[in-house]
Amino acid sequence: MTAAPQPGAAGFLARYQGLKDHLPGARLPWLAALRSDAAAHVAARGFPTRRVEAWKYTDLSPVAQAGFAEPLTAVAGALTLPKPRCAVRAVFVDGRFRADLSALDGLAYRAASVAQHLDALEGMLGALAPLAEHPMTALNTLMFEDGLFLDVPAGVDAGHLELLSIAVDPGRPFAFHPRHVIRLGAGAKLTLLESAIGGSAQYLHNPVFEIDLAEGAVLTHGRAQQEGEGAFHLSMIHARIAAEARYDTMAVSAGARLTRMEIHAALTGPKASCHMNSAQLAAGRAVVDTTTALDHAAPDCASRQTCKTVLAGQARGVFQGKILVRREAQKTDGYQMNQALLLSEEAEMDSKPQLEIYADDVKCSHGATIGALDADSLFYLRSRGVPADQARSMLVQAFLHEAFEGLEDDVLREALTAAVDGWWVRHGTAS
Amino acid sequence: MLEIKGLTAEVDGKPILKGVDLIVPQGEVHAIMGPNGSGKSTLAYVLSGRDGYEVTGGTALLHGQDLLAMEPEERAAAGVFLAFQYPVELPGVGNATFLRTALNAIRRAKGESEFDAMQFLKLARERMKALSMNDEMLKRGVNVGFSGGEKKRNEILQMALLQPKLAILDETDSGLDIDALKIVADGVNAMRGPDFSALVITHYQRLLDYIVPDRVHVLMGGRIVRSGGPELAKELEAQGYGAIQAAA
Repeated sequence: MTAAPQPGAAGFLARYQGLKDHLPGARLPWLAALRSDAAAHVAARGFPTRRVEAWKYTDLSPVAQAGFAEPLTAVAGALTLPKPRCAVRAVFVDGRFRADLSALDGLAYRAASVAQHLDALEGMLGALAPLAEHPMTALNTLMFEDGLFLDVPAGVDAGHLELLSIAVDPGRPFAFHPRHVIRLGAGAKLTLLESAIGGSAQYLHNPVFEIDLAEGAVLTHGRAQQEGEGAFHLSMIHARIAAEARYDTMAVSAGARLTRMEIHAALTGPKASCHMNSAQLAAGRAVVDTTTALDHAAPDCASRQTCKTVLAGQARGVFQGKILVRREAQKTDGYQMNQALLLSEEAEMDSKPQLEIYADDVKCSHGATIGALDADSLFYLRSRGVPADQARSMLVQAFLHEAFEGLEDDVLREALTAAVDGWWVRHGTAS
Repeated sequence: MLEIKGLTAEVDGKPILKGVDLIVPQGEVHAIMGPNGSGKSTLAYVLSGRDGYEVTGGTALLHGQDLLAMEPEERAAAGVFLAFQYPVELPGVGNATFLRTALNAIRRAKGESEFDAMQFLKLARERMKALSMNDEMLKRGVNVGFSGGEKKRNEILQMALLQPKLAILDETDSGLDIDALKIVADGVNAMRGPDFSALVITHYQRLLDYIVPDRVHVLMGGRIVRSGGPELAKELEAQGYGAIQAAA
């Protein structure tokens, strides 16, 4: 019989000490050094409290106070996988790559397990993910076992790939920290659909993405987080976008008890662009947090961001969006909009747009609104015979509509719409 | 038949309707006229069930059914239709989706089969043609970017699709030029028949040149103070509401 795992950062550090000789890549000096650096950061800082500015609105104490064990060594029995949305598919169970469930054969690019390709990842893994400022990145670096390594050579159009994460309930809380490394060569293209599901399991899912886009590369990244009410989902994206490259991400957060999707993207060459749209939905006592930092470090770049939040019950929502326009980033075209719809009087939204502009010839606009469903609109629909529940659903969909605008890819659109619809079926009528 | 008896209602604790008595027999079109602030729009909202309008007394029956006990959508299913003075814009809700959802909600409530997209489009195009509406208006958000006249025509289109038993037209003439007014009036007149009644609420007599009412009622100070034939509208136009006020 094993004792309950120690909570907090100390618990993770203790487990790291016990595991470090068995973690993938333990014999690689560069990785051992990186992990030991991460250990120092985790030991020094632990989980951030609300006194840390970046975490002022999202309370991590339920995560810090929980004790998480390792995932099961082997998941027994057959898994029920959702219907595939793409022919090419990488499946992770409790954060570990499952070749038997994946479909990655005959590709014109590399799509493989990080754990099995660490030799090739020196200089790449960790390059875009600074540990000092980002406690969840530090924790991931300390503990990661696996992840998806995508390497698309210059000029290759990789089409669609689905990255599916499934958590299986072992009957006790556990944690996994996938590390995904994505590199697109010059002019390469990829459409990535990332989904996460987890049923009733209690766990911490702490993925970190390092995304490196060379000149003219285009990555379209759809994200459907539909984990269960026992999940903490704390994800980090670190992206570097070179000249004329484009990174478009459209995320739906619709499930976990606490979700923070954090993106740090840097536009490092002229005419690079980034769209970061999100729809986050929460009911009950759930918390959803979209935190982004966009670094305009080169001239003639464009960024667009629309974040829509829908809160029911006693849910809480957070939007923090920073746009930094450096002195050299002339002719920057930036736009940021965040809007929240509160379906209950007890729901709460915190919104913090933050523009820091050092260049003098830029176009940057931002806006924020927080409100309830419009009574006039609701009455208009009901006066036409539409039942109140259906009318509310139509207005919520209409509110979210703008976040999906410009999403031309049908596969992503269907997956993300299904995530929103699924949430509404579970929570909408009760609100 | 619509039967209103002793209807009193208040908004924010302020009495607006102070005992309205009114009967609109089946198949008839009645006009409600009155100066600003007399309670015309309040009557329209009370009959259609808008929040914030509190009924404090009286009854309103449509074909014997108690309207005041129903939710707005139930009243719509029972055959009440309110053409809004200021139609609401719904960005992100496509007009076609909106119209089909409304049509199917009413059909479902009546126990009729729902229309699929093709059946709906055929019907909508037919009705739109009669109202000189461009097909393109189906693709836009509900009333988004519509001119004043287009919004009112969109209201009449909804009425034509939903086939209500009682239409309440709340100042449908406001903001319309004469051509649009004629189109709207034609739309209403096309509905007239033994199973259709209407309450035409208007400030001016002009609309009643095109939708000729069976009866005209004057609402002032929250009560019907006078009723008469279509000639009453002409009298009001000539003498103003002051003369009635003095007589009442």
